[in-house]
Amino acid sequence: MTKLDQIFVSTKHWLVGLAPEMLQSLASILLSIIPIMAVFGGCFAVTTILERKGLGRIQNRFGPNRVGPFGFLQPMADGIKMLTKEDIVPFQSDKVMHFLAPIVLTVPIWLAFSVLPFGRNMVAVDFNAGILFFFAAGAASELAVFMAGWASQNKYSLMGAMRAMAQMISYEVPLVLSAIPVIMIAGSLSLPQIVEAQAGYGAGWFPQWHVFTPWGLAGFGLFLVAATAESNRSPFDLPEGESELIAGFLTEYSGFKYALFFLGEYLGLFAISGLAVTLFLGGWHAPLPILEWLPSWFWFFVKFASLIAAFIWVRGTMPRLRMDQLLNLSWKFLVPLAVLNLFVTAVWHFSSNWQSFGGLAARWLMCGGLLAAAYVLLGRSLSRGQGTPRKYTYAE
Amino acid sequence: MLGSGLIKGLAQTAKNFFGSYHDPARMVTVEYPEQKRVVPEASRTIPFLVYDGEDPELGLRCTACKICEVECPTQCIYIVKNTSKKPDHVGKMQFHPATFDIDISVCMGCGICAEVCPFDSIKMDQVFELSTADRFESLLLHKQQLAKPNSYFGKIHPTEAGEIDIRREQDKRKAEAKAKADAEAKARAAAEVQNAAANSAAPPPSPQTVTPA
Ligand code: SF4
Ligand code: SF4
Repeated sequence: MTKLDQIFVSTKHWLVGLAPEMLQSLASILLSIIPIMAVFGGCFAVTTILERKGLGRIQNRFGPNRVGPFGFLQPMADGIKMLTKEDIVPFQSDKVMHFLAPIVLTVPIWLAFSVLPFGRNMVAVDFNAGILFFFAAGAASELAVFMAGWASQNKYSLMGAMRAMAQMISYEVPLVLSAIPVIMIAGSLSLPQIVEAQAGYGAGWFPQWHVFTPWGLAGFGLFLVAATAESNRSPFDLPEGESELIAGFLTEYSGFKYALFFLGEYLGLFAISGLAVTLFLGGWHAPLPILEWLPSWFWFFVKFASLIAAFIWVRGTMPRLRMDQLLNLSWKFLVPLAVLNLFVTAVWHFSSNWQSFGGLAARWLMCGGLLAAAYVLLGRSLSRGQGTPRKYTYAE
Repeated sequence: MLGSGLIKGLAQTAKNFFGSYHDPARMVTVEYPEQKRVVPEASRTIPFLVYDGEDPELGLRCTACKICEVECPTQCIYIVKNTSKKPDHVGKMQFHPATFDIDISVCMGCGICAEVCPFDSIKMDQVFELSTADRFESLLLHKQQLAKPNSYFGKIHPTEAGEIDIRREQDKRKAEAKAKADAEAKARAAAEVQNAAANSAAPPPSPQTVTPA
């Protein structure tokens, strides 16, 4: 059992041991990087095809089913197409920036994977401020998006980039604010330790994941909404809204650079889903004690895959928001709720010795009630005036 | 409450997703090369020539009258009249085309040719898989490619073909009846002539031959 659980770790140690003394640290680094790139690169290919098929099913279509068995070789065909397409650089563009933007987008996202624990002892860098590093690396992608939009010398690109900036800055706030309660409770910035904090089972079977607490549930919801916006996915895909901006900051990109942007976007989604699993869904812990015989990395990827499926599901359901609605949602709803969640978390933390049945109920009622009331009230104020015909002041 | 619409939407898409696996009626897609939708009777693409019977040469209804060639707005029909004649369905001797070409790269499928043809010869086809790698020769259809049996016409446009068949059958019967009547009349006339001849051979006593008493 532990053998299977630790199979990747022990294989790595064995392989590193084979290398000469001098090169061992280098080998260790490479053996951490290459599997991560291979696994998540593969995930990217599989996700694109599954997403297209899933969206098809949601719309009562088949989705791609022509290339290979059931269309599963479609990503390869797409890859070949992308690689062989002409790489057009606009004459007036800032050539260096235009070239650098896709690279600047993908590199920090790869870096973000290095602090995620994929299983027991399976973290590339056990960094004691891992979550901080993760957010710092994730924020660097904003720079790349703006670089792309600015360097393209195109109105659509610039508008897309502006939107992307506004959106990412607004949603970075609730994203980080919704992660802070976890740090407060776990008392650590290190992701493996946050996972450790969710170990064990209450009453012998109930998993102690953060999502099963009032503040954790609220935080998880907030985190998912903010994460969707951060990874530029529908319904928050305004920066590349095809209907109004062609493809936003991607307008002037073609061929392999476009593919890199695409890759970066999906990797960002993977990274943030991995973080959501780590922060709220108990990381690599099994949901029930009797299921613990399955390896830890298996549980991580099960949770990870279900989150990705949820993102695809949401993408297939929601229409795109308008810019003002987008910003309203962040500043008038998510941010206040996230700040309140900090308070609720503090209450939860200081009431941790109410372990009697009545005490637990009171604790749940208090924290959950506060959040639910805030949700209803904020929601009502957010949707005030919605659903009534819109009044145009100047455009009569 | 905020979010109730989202849940409703998510439920709907989930229903679509799972429904698409066990309820084939949901899927509107016709997987084209393997499955084909039946085209409606009134649909039309390019013209073709109808022939009766087995032999496309002998049965071709076209009489090379060139009305369609003149009327075609895009001038994509090219006809050369043959010197010989052959009988049509009513037995009348008619010309027929030595060459009948339609350039389907120019034809716009308007159906005017089919409307003006007085011999029910040119009709609109329903073929649509016409793409080819050669844009010159393969898009110029000759008489041999254009000629299709009446049974095919009956299959793609049953209503129109049925009416035409009945009309042609009536014409044919009328013509036959007329021919028969003509033949009878001719026979009668001939008989009369014969009678007259016989009478003249054994003439009744004429005033001239009456011997003067
Ligand atoms: S197809 Fe009809 S209209 Fe055209 S030449 Fe033949 S008989 Fe005349
Ligand atoms: S369908 Fe129209 S364009 Fe085509 S041959 Fe007939 S008359 Fe000409």
